[in-house]
Order: sequence, then C-alpha cells, then structure tokens
Amino acid sequence: MTLRKERIDRGIKVRSDDIFIVRSWREMIYFTAPRLLPIVLLFALVLITNEYWQRVLVQAAVFALLGMSWDLLANCGLISLGQALFFGVGAYISGSFNFYFGWSPLVTIPLATVLGGLLAALVLVPVFRLRGIYFSMVTLVLPLMMERIIEATAILGGTEGLTGLSSLPASWVELCIIFIPLWVCLFLLRRLIDSNYGVVIRAISDNDQSVINAGISLNLYKAQVVIIAGAIGAFCGAFMTHVYQFVGMPVFALDYSILPIASVIVGGAGNFAGAILGAYILVPLSELLRGIGGLRIVLYAIFLMVFVVALPEGIFHFLQRKYSQFERLVEVDK
Amino acid sequence: MSRTPLLKVTELSKNFRGVQALYRVSFHVEKGELVGVIGPNGSGKTTLVNTITGFVKPNRGEVVYDDKDITGWKPQKVIRLGIARTFQMVKPFYKLPAYKNMIVPLYSPRLKKELGGRYGDLNEIALDCLEDVGFERDSFVAYKTASVLPQGYLKRLELAKAMVLRPDLIILDELFSGLSLAEVASIVPIIEKLRYAGIAIIMIEHRLKELFRIADRVMVLNYGRKIADGMAKEVMESREVKKAYLGTEAE
Repeated sequence: MTLRKERIDRGIKVRSDDIFIVRSWREMIYFTAPRLLPIVLLFALVLITNEYWQRVLVQAAVFALLGMSWDLLANCGLISLGQALFFGVGAYISGSFNFYFGWSPLVTIPLATVLGGLLAALVLVPVFRLRGIYFSMVTLVLPLMMERIIEATAILGGTEGLTGLSSLPASWVELCIIFIPLWVCLFLLRRLIDSNYGVVIRAISDNDQSVINAGISLNLYKAQVVIIAGAIGAFCGAFMTHVYQFVGMPVFALDYSILPIASVIVGGAGNFAGAILGAYILVPLSELLRGIGGLRIVLYAIFLMVFVVALPEGIFHFLQRKYSQFERLVEVDK
Repeated sequence: MSRTPLLKVTELSKNFRGVQALYRVSFHVEKGELVGVIGPNGSGKTTLVNTITGFVKPNRGEVVYDDKDITGWKPQKVIRLGIARTFQMVKPFYKLPAYKNMIVPLYSPRLKKELGGRYGDLNEIALDCLEDVGFERDSFVAYKTASVLPQGYLKRLELAKAMVLRPDLIILDELFSGLSLAEVASIVPIIEKLRYAGIAIIMIEHRLKELFRIADRVMVLNYGRKIADGMAKEVMESREVKKAYLGTEAE
C-alpha cells in the first residue's frame, strides 16, 4: 500500500484573493490570528525585555523597514543593492537640520522622510532605463560614492561626522516612532501591491514593453515607487540618527544594503511580511552569536546558506502554505 | 467628401546600422479599413509597426495619425492617442493570472480620459473582455497564471489587451502565426466584429488565405520597400510579388 500526501485548501480560502467569507467566530479567529499575533507578540516582547534587547528589537525593525523598501522596488523589477543610499541620505538630512539649525527630531524625521524620498527619485531618474544587473550596479555604487564625497570634501562633518545631536524625548516615544510606522507600512504596502496600481507595478517587472503598450509611462510609475521606497529608507536613517545622536560615514555602509536583502530572502519575497519575519530572525540571531567571538560571521553565513538552500521560498510562504492548507496521507489508487 | 485618412505614412525609412529595414514606405489607412501587410521574412513588416507606434524611431519620413504628426513620439503617447498593437512574440505578464493581465491596459490613462474617472470593478470588466475573446468562463481559464496558458490563449490575451484600449486603429502583428486552423477560425469572427465596430485594422500576416478573405486591401513589402498595394487578387498577380515570394521570375 503506497501513500501519498494530499493538500486541501481550508474552507475559508475562496477563489478570489481579496474576498473572505467569515461565518463563525472560529473562522474569525482563524482569519485574524496570523495578522494580530505578530503585533501583540512584538508589543509584549518590547514590554518585557531590558534596554539592551529593546535596542536589538528596534534595530530589527529598522532592517525590516529597509527590507520592505527593497521588496517594493523588487516588485517593480528594480533590484537595488543600495538601500544604504536611502538610509544615509535620510540620516544626513535629519542630522544636518538638527545640527545646523537645532530643529527638533520630531520635525527633522518627517522632513527627512519626504526630502529623502524625493532626492532618491531625483538621483535614480537617469538610470530608470537600466534593467536588471545594470540598475543594481548603479545602486551599489551610489552609496559608496556619497561616502567618498563626504570624505573628500569634508562637508557635513567630513570623516568625523556630526555629533551631539538631540535624542528623542523619551524612550517610549522612540519605540512608538519606529513600531507604529513598521505596522502601518506593512499594512499599506500589502494593500498597495494587491490594488490595481500594484498590479501595474508587478507587471512592469514582468514585461515592461507590454506595460508601455497599454499607454502607461514607465518612468512615472518607477519614480513613484522609488519615492515611496526612498521615503521608507530615509525615515529609517533619520530615526537611527537620533537614536545614536550621531551621523557619520558609516550610514552608507554595505550592511544597510545587504542585511535588508538577506531578511527578505529568509522571510520570503514579494509580500512585505517576509521582510519583518526575516529581520526578526537575523538581527537577534546576530546578537546571540556575539558571544562566540571571531567565528560569529562564519556561523551566521553558514546559517544563511543552509536556510536559502533548505527553504528557498522563504519562511512566510512556507508558513502561509501550511496555514491555509492541510495535508493528509491518502492511498494511491492502483 | 474629401477626408484625410486615419493614418498616413509618408516616405518612412529606417536603417539599422547599414541594414535598410524600411525604405521610403508610403501608405495610408482609411477609417474602418482592414489593410493586410504581407512580405517574406525580414522584409520590414514588424519594423513598420514599431516605427508607427514609436517603439523604434524612423530615420526619415513622417507618420500622421488623425491629422497629428506623431513621428518619433514615445510609444505610450502614441497608444494613448488610439493606436493599439499586439506583439508578434506574445508579451503577457507571465507571473500574473490571465484576468490580472487585463488590469494593466484597463488602468491605462487612455481609458481614464475616455471614460472619465474610475472605471468600476476592473476585475469584472477584465473577465468580460476575456470571455469575448474566447476564455470560457465555465472552465476558469481566465484565473490561470499566464505562464501555464497554451499559445492559443496567449494570442487571444494579446488581442484582448489591445482591444480593451478602445483603439481607433489596431495593428495585429502576425496574430495567426503558431495557431491551428481551428484556432484561427475562432479568432477571425472577433476581428470581423472589430471591423464592424468601425475600427481600422492593419494585419501583418503570413497566413495569406485567411488574410485575403477578410482584408480590404493588401500591401506587400520586400527588403523594406513597398512593392505592391491594392486588392488581394491583383497584388498576387503582380510580377514583383511573385518574384519576391518565389525567388525567380515566374513564367
């Protein structure tokens, strides 16, 4: 007798992706639990942990947001290797306004978010026509270039950076400023990508000629997407500037480009929730491994490689599949 | 009544690094007319479509559509004016379901301008449009991802994507190639319906038999030059056309 695994969709999942039929409290819980549980869990974690681990959770939220920003660009076919550009631009805008004009962080963070998004689009407009690896190379080079410009011209504090910036008023304000945008971004981006506008964005990554053939201007859409992604990245930079009370050349470091991508790969691409999941695995893991010392990076890299090979679809897609379908063994008909 | 043609192409030339893809091609398309374009492989048919719709910029000559000089315009602007085209190599959005493929043209600025404001539930309209080109509703083909659809459906999808833009001129680039006789027979009525709706059609085709049955006029290209233009019958009797197709002077 041979058995085979059969996968069956649970009753609540209907043919259309945006219509759910909820008939009982049980189904209501089934539907809401995966959405509310992470929020509650993270909230509880923030409340019970000490200051050190709180900082780790904040750091992870920053990488999650950067990951979401990367995922949005990737949905549009723009594979960016330079999230550090958005991060650094935001950090320097908010840092400079605070340092030179003494503006409060509550003003400079929103300002840096908006300006950073616009600036990112302005810098990337000339390369919108590039596709695939060519676009990636340009985005990889830009943050490195910014770093050297600041080093060579010694503007904005040069190699020393700008120190003694204002901190955020209180630690609960700090937590609110990062965690509320985290969930708001997740919700809005997931809505956006499922809307008709989002379909056009995904279509651009699929076949841009065909999108032009519908009379749609590619550059307009790419610019809008880069503004959104750039604003998210710039917000992260501006926020971290005031957390560290310092802005300097490290904000253009490769970490801010690569770690978000690793988060999305581990968590699962294309749905934004994967970025959060991935970031909350990788960042705390990196902290836990800190005790090991020199071999930390090696272990970290091995974990990443094993993970990508074992679960290439990403954790989110895996969990989603397990949650929305049940499996059972059935006899194979001879 | 003296009327200007819907599309007027004058002395259009395109040179690809020494290869003369088009050389002084002039023709016109009246409103509601179905013009066939035939020619051997590499005779510049697809280049002609690409230059009219702006995907390729011509070296010389001009394209006038609806009294507007659209030579060298960006393709998205040309399409917004009311020229729709299909691609010879189908270009669907492979990762999206068939009906989501239709959302992109339905989201086009052209339709927003034409119909004003939001266009209702696009998913439903998309499904209706697909049903018109033969995506049977009962079998749920329209919900399948485009990457798993067979060639016949992809060609229909390509046609539907062009039709839904409500064009005044539609250019079909080898729509029938790679389709079985039965599939061609099921698409011909759709094209005839378009024609009765008053939409001008340019059909590039290798299937001469099917083309001659529906075309008002046929134009023949060879090595980028127009060698004949007229009724299907006279065109095929022309000496030059025979030479182009058969290679030698036919007796």
